[in-house]
Amino acid sequence: MNESVTRALTTIARYTALSLLLAFFTLPLLWLAFAPFDRTPTIAASLPRFTLDNFRQLLENPQALRSLRNSALLAAGTGALVVVFSALAAYALSRVRLPGRDALLYVLLLLSSIVTGTAAMVPLFNLAFELGLIDEQLGVILVLGGGLLPSAVFILKDFMDGTPRSYEESARVFGASPLQIVRHVVVPLVRPGLATIAVWSVAQVWGNFLIPFLLLRSPEKSPAAVVMYTFYTEGGQPDLALIATFSLLYSLPVVLMFLFVSSRYGFRFHGGIKS
Amino acid sequence: MPSTSPGGDAAGLGRLRAALFTAPALLLIVAFLLFPALWTLYLGVTDYRLTGLAAADPSTVGLDNFERALNEDRFTDSLWLTVQFVIGSAVLGQALLGFTIAWLLRERTGVLRRLVEALVLLAWILPSSVVAFLWIALLDRDDGTLNALLGTPGTAWLLEHPMASIIVFNIWRGTAFSMMLYAAALGNVPPSQLETARLAGASTWQQLRDVVLPRIKGHVLTNLLLISLWTFNDFTPFLLTGGGPDNRTEIMPVLLYRTALHGGELGYGAALSVLMLLANLVIALVYVRLLRSRTKEPAA
Amino acid sequence: MAAISLTGLTKVYPGDVTALDALDLEIRDGEFFALLGPSGCGKTTLLRTIAGLESATGGTVAIGEREVTALPPGRRDVAMVFQDYALFPHMTVRDNIGYPLKIRKTPAARRSAKAAEVAAELGLADYLARRPGQLSGGQQQRVALARAMACHPSVFLFDEPLSNLDARLRLEARTFLKRLQRELGVTTVFVTHDQAEALALADRIAVLEAGRIRQLGTPTEIYRRPANTFVASFIGSTPMNLLPGTVRGAWIRVGDALLPGPIGTDAAAALPDGAEVVYGIRPEYLRYTAQHAADVPGALPGRVTVIENLGSTQLLTLDPVAGGPPLQVTVPEDLPVTVGEPGYALPRPERVLIYRDGNLL
Repeated sequence: MNESVTRALTTIARYTALSLLLAFFTLPLLWLAFAPFDRTPTIAASLPRFTLDNFRQLLENPQALRSLRNSALLAAGTGALVVVFSALAAYALSRVRLPGRDALLYVLLLLSSIVTGTAAMVPLFNLAFELGLIDEQLGVILVLGGGLLPSAVFILKDFMDGTPRSYEESARVFGASPLQIVRHVVVPLVRPGLATIAVWSVAQVWGNFLIPFLLLRSPEKSPAAVVMYTFYTEGGQPDLALIATFSLLYSLPVVLMFLFVSSRYGFRFHGGIKS
Repeated sequence: MPSTSPGGDAAGLGRLRAALFTAPALLLIVAFLLFPALWTLYLGVTDYRLTGLAAADPSTVGLDNFERALNEDRFTDSLWLTVQFVIGSAVLGQALLGFTIAWLLRERTGVLRRLVEALVLLAWILPSSVVAFLWIALLDRDDGTLNALLGTPGTAWLLEHPMASIIVFNIWRGTAFSMMLYAAALGNVPPSQLETARLAGASTWQQLRDVVLPRIKGHVLTNLLLISLWTFNDFTPFLLTGGGPDNRTEIMPVLLYRTALHGGELGYGAALSVLMLLANLVIALVYVRLLRSRTKEPAA
Repeated sequence: MAAISLTGLTKVYPGDVTALDALDLEIRDGEFFALLGPSGCGKTTLLRTIAGLESATGGTVAIGEREVTALPPGRRDVAMVFQDYALFPHMTVRDNIGYPLKIRKTPAARRSAKAAEVAAELGLADYLARRPGQLSGGQQQRVALARAMACHPSVFLFDEPLSNLDARLRLEARTFLKRLQRELGVTTVFVTHDQAEALALADRIAVLEAGRIRQLGTPTEIYRRPANTFVASFIGSTPMNLLPGTVRGAWIRVGDALLPGPIGTDAAAALPDGAEVVYGIRPEYLRYTAQHAADVPGALPGRVTVIENLGSTQLLTLDPVAGGPPLQVTVPEDLPVTVGEPGYALPRPERVLIYRDGNLL
């Protein structure tokens, strides 16, 4: 075959593949883009007859807004907990040689990817029950925090390992105390890492369905993930306008946060995953 | 020399303060991760129930729970469904698609690359309840966009092809991670090596086989390990099919949820958890084995 | 300002790695003192032990009248400039220089004024609002110096202060550093692996190897009379020729040639005939000639195998006719030489050093 024909065919094949990919990934999202603005949204994705009424209605739905507030509370609580605790632990583990440190980290990491959520459903439920944490948002925060911490420590330790020690030594020669060193020097240096962890844990909690579904009983405490699920599973005709606008509103914060962090720091795990 | 100086306790933290710094995180991990895992082991040998007599005073039943599980078709079916789900959506689906996208986009910059990446990532970061409904809408029997596009009105995808549906759904949902990892891995393949192969006249396929794959083998295995574990424990398909119809999508996490928290059989559920942990361990060990054997090979 | 005295200082790392081996050293008040040696000789560990960043496993450190062995770094009244300067990237130059004062709870206004004052002394007045990343290497180094000066410590410690600068800037910074130290008069200890830097800057030098001091002295002493073959081969921009030989009366036999023994010491002459020694002579103190009467002693015949142009001089590598290790000779840049020509190396007797069992006689 002629060289230029081969090349042309390759190019065509490549663009066809990319177009198919784009179609595959776009198709399910179309509904989310159109339905919220449609006067009479149906289950099919179609160009909307534009309106913002659906949003007005959503703002009048107390359950929807309350669930978003609950999600925010859970996400902020877990995020703060994970960032503070993992930063302290990662710093100590990065700087002080404790015996068996690396093996411990790997075991915890593996355990967290296995245990989190499903496999430990029963004892987590039991534990929350024994501690009186059923139907308490604190219970969800603690359980999610415990599950996210190993990965957070692992990723952050990598950031800490990457900062030169002379910064801290320099501060130390000038007489700074360990806590001053952490505050003045370490935290500013690993800010991108802290941001990554914050975004990552907030996003995990924001989208998590199982744990709040498992541990929270009263609808007033349920986060958006659970409420959204009840919108389309609980009897009767689903209110598509409500589902559509709520989906969009519920998705927006994570998307915005992701865009912010990836433009500011580049969303990466800083070599946290190595070959 | 500063770089090699042992200890490296640059801030003069000392062991005691280091332990204090680590304590809060460790405490939470022990309480809400390690302890539940161990408790699972204990519960697995009891007849503990959510309600009734056995709730107040569970008694030890030894390995009965495990025997029951292994003899029950529902368990073995569920395990088999999970294996299909993991191999279909993670090992074949996400990993291959992720690599393909990374490969197609590797030398590209500009709008097309950003668009593809953004959409793939969007599928990954949206909350699971939202994407589940998007797929329910897409696959709807009467008004679903897919039926409209394919001209197959009245096809109830989630009822007629439930396993295929959740497999495709999970590929769509999780490919982003593999794509990002492979994109990073491909960025580490020295262009000079690819150019050498191209100068020697290697085809694209030969370049992939002889230059790229040997370089990124470690990434491939790490990626497969992580996505296999994640997929194995993924609860999201429940939001699409609830395990049905006829338990045809009752993968392990769903079976566990239905047994323990709907059926109230906490002891039996815990035994299922233990079996699930074991399956996870097997997956992890297989990959660790493969990773090891890779490092033992003489360096090329 | 203070003297530093180290007594029996020992540092053993876990795993029985001895970095400092019962080291005794007095550094005088106001002295500019160099710790010189190859990588891994313990010089950086020594500096860090004085700073308190490493704790000694034995012996004592005293600064001035105070024994500080057990004190944390912040209470030793020392300031350290790190190899990479360790300027905090998230702080401005002003905040960096003021940082030691902030730790001492100096009010912000005084801190700022002091930082501006020190910065002005070092020609940094225009850069106070910048961040370290926006400065050149030389400017960064001066900010690090300013930060060290801001808290008026009694001792400065510099870790490889010039190694992060490019070659041209390094010479400039060297002169600057020497003048600054002279003006401030603060006791200063610095670590370097570059013998030229140590010779140029220091009032006195300690040459270290494997955790021990191999020689202590002024640059002149160390350059002229290296106490052992280790120091001899370490000091000098081109290493000293160290040729195995045997004593033959007042002469030393190297290969087939008889070379003059040293002048001004009879230590060598006191050795019995046939005693094995090492004949040390720097390339600068060898004279090269293409012709030499065959029966006159004092010249080593050889063949030129390499010529390196060093600008103001040429460095010849000469393979001895009788075999043995090649030797190097420095000749003027205008001397015509060709590769492969036979020639002779003639030592200047007053610069000859004789080593026996590795030590200078």
